[in-house]
Amino acid sequence: MPTAAEVQQRIESGIPGARAEVQSADDVHFSARVVADAFSGISRVQQHRLIYDLFAPGELGGAIHALSLKTETP
Amino acid sequence: MSETTENPLRDAIATAIADNDVLLFMKGTPEQPACGFSARTVAALQSLETEFAAIDILPDPRIRQELSALSNWPTIPQLFVAGELVGGCDIVMEMYESGELAQTLGLDADGGGSAAPIADDEPAAAAAPLQIENRLS
Repeated sequence: MPTAAEVQQRIESGIPGARAEVQSADDVHFSARVVADAFSGISRVQQHRLIYDLFAPGELGGAIHALSLKTETP
Repeated sequence: MSETTENPLRDAIATAIADNDVLLFMKGTPEQPACGFSARTVAALQSLETEFAAIDILPDPRIRQELSALSNWPTIPQLFVAGELVGGCDIVMEMYESGELAQTLGLDADGGGSAAPIADDEPAAAAAPLQIENRLS
């Protein structure tokens, strides 16, 4: 079962320069605010895909029931 | 979509996306959402008084598999407008709060406009193994 710290680590190591604040009350539902240069000039859908791609197929909706995202550029 | 593959379910999903101007894939139905994220997305659409079609992905796990493969989006709900993925719950709520959702739906800024009409008939529903419901809030 992933922790908020592990999800944060996954995002920050997967997207160079990204800063993530991740919260979870139960290690199943996560909420993340991610700030990254990589988000500039791409749509919100593409921004969220960059993060979703860091997780294995079936992990979102599986071990991670929900990952709520708020993406921003610096 | 005239292109056919060996995958009737994926074809049916693609057809539903092409045939419905505003289409929400969700858990449960607009009347009885089975998940808080689907419920919030429905509530945003309903508060804009826009007509939308909804597909419940829960009856068959393959619907979600094929949808996610087609849309390159792992989570539910998924909102499509004019054949394009607008986003999941987070994006829809963000766009709702900023007014972008009304714009994307072709509504006036004050909410008094109307989205492009959805055809009364449901050609996708007749041939497809998907339950599509047109909803007017």
